Amino acid sequence: MSDTTQLLRFITAGSVDDGKSTLIGRLLYDSKSIFEDQFSAISKTSEKRGMAAVDLSLLTDGLQAEREQGITIDVAYRYFATPKRKFIIGDTPGHEQYTRNMVTAASTANLAVILIDARRGVLTQTRRHTFIASLVGVPHIVVAVNKMDMVDYSQQRFDEIVAEYRQFAAQLNLHEVTFIPLSALVGDMVVERGEAMDWYQGPTLMDKLESVVIDQDVNTRDFRFPVQWVCRPQTGEHHDFRGFMGRIEAGQVAVGDEVTLLPAGRTTRVKDIVTYDGSLKTAAAPQSVALTLTDEIDISRGDMLVKAELMPTVAQQFTAMLCWLSETPMDKNRKYIIKHTSRVVKCLVSSLDYRVDVNTLEHHENPTVNMNDIAHVTLKTQKPLVFDSYTRNRATGSFIVIDEATNNTVAAGMIC
Amino acid sequence: MSNPTFTHLDVLESESIHIMREVAAECKNPALLFSGGKDSIVMLRLAEKAFRPCKFPFPLVHIDTEHNFPEVIKARDKLAADLGERLIVRSLEGSIAKGTIIIKDPDLPRNPYQSVTLLETIAEFGFDACMGGARRDEEKARAKERIFSFRDEFGQWDPKNQRPELWDIYNTRVHNDENMRVFPISNWTEMDIWEYIDRENLYIPSIYYAHEREVIRRGDNVIPVSHLVQPRPGEKIEMVSVRFRTVGDMTCTAPVESTASNALEIIAETAITRITERGATRMDDQTSEASMELRKKEGYF
Ligand SMILES: Nc1nc2c(ncn2[C@@H]2O[C@H](COP(=O)(O)OP(=O)(O)O)[C@@H](O)[C@H]2O)c(=O)[nH]1
Repeated sequence: MSDTTQLLRFITAGSVDDGKSTLIGRLLYDSKSIFEDQFSAISKTSEKRGMAAVDLSLLTDGLQAEREQGITIDVAYRYFATPKRKFIIGDTPGHEQYTRNMVTAASTANLAVILIDARRGVLTQTRRHTFIASLVGVPHIVVAVNKMDMVDYSQQRFDEIVAEYRQFAAQLNLHEVTFIPLSALVGDMVVERGEAMDWYQGPTLMDKLESVVIDQDVNTRDFRFPVQWVCRPQTGEHHDFRGFMGRIEAGQVAVGDEVTLLPAGRTTRVKDIVTYDGSLKTAAAPQSVALTLTDEIDISRGDMLVKAELMPTVAQQFTAMLCWLSETPMDKNRKYIIKHTSRVVKCLVSSLDYRVDVNTLEHHENPTVNMNDIAHVTLKTQKPLVFDSYTRNRATGSFIVIDEATNNTVAAGMIC
Repeated sequence: MSNPTFTHLDVLESESIHIMREVAAECKNPALLFSGGKDSIVMLRLAEKAFRPCKFPFPLVHIDTEHNFPEVIKARDKLAADLGERLIVRSLEGSIAKGTIIIKDPDLPRNPYQSVTLLETIAEFGFDACMGGARRDEEKARAKERIFSFRDEFGQWDPKNQRPELWDIYNTRVHNDENMRVFPISNWTEMDIWEYIDRENLYIPSIYYAHEREVIRRGDNVIPVSHLVQPRPGEKIEMVSVRFRTVGDMTCTAPVESTASNALEIIAETAITRITERGATRMDDQTSEASMELRKKEGYF
């Protein structure tokens, strides 16, 4: 591992039996990330189930009950590394009803691998997965056309699928799409190129994962610093120290910069950027630091420091897309709690505008909102929020909705 | 202006600091579980990074099985004293004396009983969040664990009833008598831990590094001889150069043969090691592939 190794988070999405588990198993196996004890456990299981070869898909099997049912029902995280990068895979199941799991896993992902079975081509599920990836703003998409071995590694079949995908994806807001033909079972174009698809000149899946540029995946322009915690030691040498601790969610800051406190609107300057390892002259997202300021102004958790030239919106009413996560449907007459950056406020649904059909992208008026639904709503908060649109800034455009009675997280929100 | 590039350790570190600050800000009465093992020593450094120059807004808590290696207890006490932070120790012996733990065989591992004393300690101090150093790469059942893991009033973990966790917006809310286990280093791997120990030059118990030790071989395991583990008839004691990858209960923690004497050499060994940390060294987890999951359901962190 060099000291410049970066971390890439990605997800895989596909319908049941498209080969997702096999693909992850193949990635882990061919990149030598499987441990002997894990391998011997799955060999034993494969043997017990009477399989001829070791079933690599068993590697990503999860908890006891699910193992018994032979299905995965939630998001599981896997870790592996190559000499170039470290990877976190958010593994989500392909079942129809689990939109919420994909939204959850996609929310932190740099990249989504969308699997297509070469024999079946673009399906309803493919559209749904792509729509969710675009809704959640996953910066990079890889369309992996799997089971190429079952269509004679045909370039023509691959080109047809690419064309069909491009056509429907045109109506979505996708940043970057790469198409890769592969066989998870045999291994072609996963880590090794194989010999069956000389007609394909693009990267293997692993090449892509190792080389995709992710530095720009966070917003690097608009300085945003939600205050998490105020440190006032009030002892000896630190008697007058007041450090505003938090993580820079976007952009950069330097000592001497003029910053504005929101929602209050007061302006001051950065005196020092304090870390355990000493003071810094500049800092950038996603660093966690403490800022001290030149003026004594009243600041508490939930406030945000920004730079005056790139102001976010401060408002008590806004529109958003919600993904409903709870088994209990949305109740327009109830108060919910919103957590947005480090701010927690009460909110009301002032209007429920429409629901988006994740398969057809059609809008439905006057909907009820059930688990896995995506809805466009207008929300009103008890106190102002300081935000950007989600497409401009994932960190300051996202929020969760909490049910006050149960304390459950009932929805994920993206500000329009 | 282009953004500087951050390494995986920078990103993981910042994520962990962010999580700890969320705990401090939103939980009423948090604690940091601290055992003197390498993962919790990394947690301690992260807490320093998160809160200095302030004191930690939580105490350190150790649930002592009294089956610990003396080197680990020494490290625990030294680190807490050096930092000037409050350390609360509660021992399984306390629960045994009260009768809430009944030990059937004094020589068997005590990990299964740890949950009892932990839950009693949570009740005694009214903690609503306990931060622990567990990682998702350790074991299959942990791969689905949330960073903020919700426990009911019996301390139980229900894998089917966990809150979805989106972006890095954490729902920390609990009702009275419920609590959270929080895992700030969820996304770190064993390799990341060693790289961080090296980068930060962290002091860890000496038994993590190669040393000569009396061991016996049982099946595939190398077992350290101690007052708790003596050779059975027919077994012979050998002197072997070993190091520990985890340092839990002395009766069930096996070392690996090694000559690595510092973090860099361990990183080199780890890079070519083909066995998971728990698979190699925790005999209690080998019994059943699902044993960790069962223990988590009972309230083990
Ligand atoms: N021929 C062929 N079969 C594959 C390929 N990838 C997966 N499969 C098979 O497709 C079936 C479903 O794969 P699995 O990985 O369990 O799918 P999942 O439900 O998406 O996780 C299994 O029988 C796999 O062996 C491939 O590239 N070629």
